[in-house]
Amino acid sequence: MNKLLKAAAGIVLASALSVSAIAADKLKVGFIYIGPPGDHGWTYQHDQGRQAIDAHFGDKVETVFVENVPEGPDAERTITRLARQGAGLIFTTSFGYMDPTMNVAAKFPDVKFEHATGYKRSDNVSTYGARFYEGRYVIGQIAAQMSKSGVAGYIGSFPIPEVVRGINSFLLGAQTVNPDFKLKVVWVNSWFDPGREADAAKVLISQGADIITQHTDSTAAVQVAEEQGVSAFGQASDMAAFAPNALLTSIIDNWADYYIARTQAVLDGSWVSTDTFGGMDANMVEMGPFINMPAAVKARAEATAEAIKTGKLHPFAGPVYKQDGSIAAAAGTTVDMGTLLGMDWYVQGVDDQL
Amino acid sequence: MSAYEAIILTIITASTPLLLAAIGELVVERSGVLNLGIEGMMVMGAVTGFAASYVTGSPWLGVLAAVLAGVATSMLFGLLTQTLMTNQVATGLAITLLGLGLSGLIGSGFVGLPGVKLTSVSITGLTDLPYVGRLVFDQDPLVYLSVILTLGVAYILKHTRVGLIIRAVGQNHHSAHALGYRVVTVRYACIAFGGATSGLAGAYLSLVYTPQWIENMTAGRGWIALALVVFSTWLPARLAAGAYLFGGVWILGLYAQGMGIGIPAQLLSSLPYVATILALVIISTNRRLSVINTPASLGQGFVPDR
Repeated sequence: MNKLLKAAAGIVLASALSVSAIAADKLKVGFIYIGPPGDHGWTYQHDQGRQAIDAHFGDKVETVFVENVPEGPDAERTITRLARQGAGLIFTTSFGYMDPTMNVAAKFPDVKFEHATGYKRSDNVSTYGARFYEGRYVIGQIAAQMSKSGVAGYIGSFPIPEVVRGINSFLLGAQTVNPDFKLKVVWVNSWFDPGREADAAKVLISQGADIITQHTDSTAAVQVAEEQGVSAFGQASDMAAFAPNALLTSIIDNWADYYIARTQAVLDGSWVSTDTFGGMDANMVEMGPFINMPAAVKARAEATAEAIKTGKLHPFAGPVYKQDGSIAAAAGTTVDMGTLLGMDWYVQGVDDQL
Repeated sequence: MSAYEAIILTIITASTPLLLAAIGELVVERSGVLNLGIEGMMVMGAVTGFAASYVTGSPWLGVLAAVLAGVATSMLFGLLTQTLMTNQVATGLAITLLGLGLSGLIGSGFVGLPGVKLTSVSITGLTDLPYVGRLVFDQDPLVYLSVILTLGVAYILKHTRVGLIIRAVGQNHHSAHALGYRVVTVRYACIAFGGATSGLAGAYLSLVYTPQWIENMTAGRGWIALALVVFSTWLPARLAAGAYLFGGVWILGLYAQGMGIGIPAQLLSSLPYVATILALVIISTNRRLSVINTPASLGQGFVPDR
């Protein structure tokens, strides 16, 4: 019995050694994706970041990814497998991977974990997210200048703070051009159902919206806009190929710089657990090419994006009024970060109720 | 285009894939076979239709390919359940899972490509008629096909010898066999028809509804079609009514949201299901009618004695 235990311990030790030996000569970076890299949206952009690591570090780093991992027990199993295979750094790229990431991280103290859009951290788990609402402000401003009807349609997935923040930011941007700008919101209760997204776009257009924007993952809505001759914005990645005449610009998630920086930190041994909420200043949120719009509108959009980037302009700078007329931030102040992260109210002017 | 026309047009688009998939399943179930693989056949049709139209540039070849893919998938179901006598429920579920996985594999090279849209057929002169012009005479061809199929199935099942045979096979396969009908052959033919219309429904999604291929783009519509068949008590007219009721309630829910009425979105998106359940309850209060139309041999395998 004693012998058996010793033998078992020896095997465990040996395998642990071999894992760390691999990790020492070549850093392995793992990625867990919620969808396929070909979704032309959220996962696609994360995969672009992974490829950027490959291009930047060459032979020093090896990347691996697992796609279509459902949030839940499967995620924990997959993350564990990556850690066992000797990954030194693992990016888990969806909100629902939060608890699985924490559980696996506790078992592998030497592996670094990076969880996207979550709020739970530990010594070897960092979180990161991006201030997409900055992009929403820019497109809102463009929308108000391009719209003839003065009504935009917004297709939402789920009424969570992330999405509500985008809606508010869009309308605040639009109101800088047209204080009476109207925003209609339709929820499809799904991140991904092309048919429903298309239905919602058609409904919004028939109700007078001549600008369509969406916080869902497919390209269905911009295609409907193209077909019906109204304008649209791309979400997560550049969607110009799907609506060459309708698309005005896209909000692009750019994870490449962050991924390279964090990989470098692990290589240097300088990695520490942090919480990153990067925006245009960190190039985490970028605007696609401004197309199908007059030069003046383009110039103003570029100026707004620049002002946000340099910190001169904050989308939620006061005065910001809630839908019920109460004040959320007085002139000279901005809505604070805690309120932004837990946003569950609309600003004045949204034609919907939460 | 008036708002009223826009609403009706959107409802028609949302309802047509449901109707297409369900009308085939109705025939399948009338012949005594329960095929739970609609979702799998639909998604196979969607990916094949998209791939074929993208490669050839012709949406019509896409439709044809989708129909063939639907039939091929259904024939796998037929082989397993009719010849090898596997359990129909389990096999149908397996076909759905297979279709979802296999379509992802086939379609992996087609994700994110702009598709070829099947254009609508407008009948010149008639589209200008007030109120109904654009609604009746300016639709895509598959909408007309879905109506023709529904009328055709209704007529054939009720008024022709073929329909009588299908119903006989579904009601009592032993009697049908004793009368000399080839039960298994009839069922194979019905399963193939179901596969063809499911393939069409898939093609409708990837060539008309949202002309693109995305994994799992059927998003559960096959299951709704299956529920509609039960809802219709196996009657084609009721099936069409059910499909349009479902599509209508869903679209009107979106409308209500867009108008800012302030009903919670979650409640609105559950309304189509609530409406279906209510209609089902009302229909099933007439027990005699339900019993008369239910295929008595539904879901039972048939092994010829000799």
